[in-house]
Amino acid sequence: MTRPFTAWQRLLHWAMAIAILAMLFIGVGMVSTLAPAYLPLIATHRTLGIVILVLAVVRLGLRWRHGAPPLPAGMPAPMRLAAHLSHYAFYVLMLGMPLIGWAMMSAAAYPIVLLGLIRLPPILPQNDALHTLLWNAHVYLAFAFFALVVMHVAAALYHALIRRDGVFETMAPVRADRAPAE
Amino acid sequence: MPSGTPPSSARALGSFVAILAVAGIGVGAFAYTAGWLTPDRLTPARMLAALDGPKGPALGHRRNHAKGICFTGIFAANGEGQEITRARVLASGEYPVIGRFNLGTTSPDSPDATVRVRGLGLQISAPDGSVWRAAMIDPPFFPVATPQAFYDLQVASHSTDHGAMPAFIAQHPEFRAFAEWAGSAPWTGSYAETGFNSLDSFIFTDAQGYDHPVRWSLLPEATVTALTQAQLAALGPDHLEQEIRTRVAAAPQRWRMVVTLADPADQTADPSKAWPEDRRRIEVGTLIVQRIEAERDGPCRDINFDPTVLPDGMRVSDDPFPAARSAAYARSYNLRAAEVRDYPYQRPAATEAPR
Repeated sequence: MTRPFTAWQRLLHWAMAIAILAMLFIGVGMVSTLAPAYLPLIATHRTLGIVILVLAVVRLGLRWRHGAPPLPAGMPAPMRLAAHLSHYAFYVLMLGMPLIGWAMMSAAAYPIVLLGLIRLPPILPQNDALHTLLWNAHVYLAFAFFALVVMHVAAALYHALIRRDGVFETMAPVRADRAPAE
Repeated sequence: MPSGTPPSSARALGSFVAILAVAGIGVGAFAYTAGWLTPDRLTPARMLAALDGPKGPALGHRRNHAKGICFTGIFAANGEGQEITRARVLASGEYPVIGRFNLGTTSPDSPDATVRVRGLGLQISAPDGSVWRAAMIDPPFFPVATPQAFYDLQVASHSTDHGAMPAFIAQHPEFRAFAEWAGSAPWTGSYAETGFNSLDSFIFTDAQGYDHPVRWSLLPEATVTALTQAQLAALGPDHLEQEIRTRVAAAPQRWRMVVTLADPADQTADPSKAWPEDRRRIEVGTLIVQRIEAERDGPCRDINFDPTVLPDGMRVSDDPFPAARSAAYARSYNLRAAEVRDYPYQRPAATEAPR
């Protein structure tokens, strides 16, 4: 099989997988509750969003430096295209969603405080029209992001369980080369 | 099985089913978290719909406390508050304020004398960049004990069923005290003669890290002249906004901010229950209102006076209202910011062009 992603790339992938999934569930949960949990949820959402933004930048750097393992030669062209496009979409969303959230908060003149202590500066002036545009973008892109995650998981399992072409193993959390079957 | 070996068709079918199950469980969990599978969950959207009632919202305006006017001024902290909070905003000094006087109504056109509850939204900005926002009202206690009861109150008050309000009161006996206050408390002819209370309990934390459960109030320095509802009605439907404009133009208006400390035995979770009168109070400063501006172009319109926007040294208590208010205010803000072209809301008669 081909070489896997580097250990740092795999670590970041799985850490961010947990963070992004948590982010999507927290987001959709917090806007649909009036319970006291609303406050810790939104505080976590803001903090985790900025963490994801920072990690996404690091990850983009690693990807730029180390690249990605080539896809198997036998993969059909439409599947290769889908794989490449979905990865572009992931990077756009991982970087874009936190920035949109930050900008949306700025346009609504909310103080942006992480962990109750770290204050981020506004990145936009207060503006109703911008706020509305960003709010809609944040909501609809969140649903798109979740759909992308579901498709990504399904595709990963398809590679692992049905095609068995080694694609899953390039990003497996445990080193595939330790498996005796190799 | 070594990788690369083609699976049997039965095994492939099993794998497909497993993949679909994983995706289905993920989508189902997401839908549940979003509340799509639990229509009875009390969401911000349902709370706002209950406030709107059958006539719908006044587009572009706050979904509650819709009638209001902006003010700016300063908060002059005397430093006494540092005994109970490390928040910079209560260290001695003068800090800029944006605020809003308002009436507890969902219609921006309600005549003043038809609205029993008055409110004050406040934002104080400290030099370290921290912000304290608060939204207070003038009753001495809140009408109900829980956000769910507040929702039930909106539903009952909009109901055409004559038994709805009596049934609500039977289920929420705390509402009787509020109804009694509403029926007997004197009215005044000025926002400057109105006191405002946090009602909700918060926790202040001092520089040593000790917590102090508190509530706070703004007490007017102006002489209070009691009016009857009929006397206020006779002054006109928008008297309060006209009066505060004139009064502040003549001289800044002042309120003393007083923080009340709970005794260890006092509950903090229920704003419908006032604390005993003899609790220790600390006067922490003075709100000085220096300028009134119409909401339309004023600095307060696009501020969400979310009571959970608190500086370090202040946080929410076990009172469930600040979180519920924060969630509902955020949705109200998102909606009205998107409806800004409908602001100011025009009552049907006023949209007729003059002939």
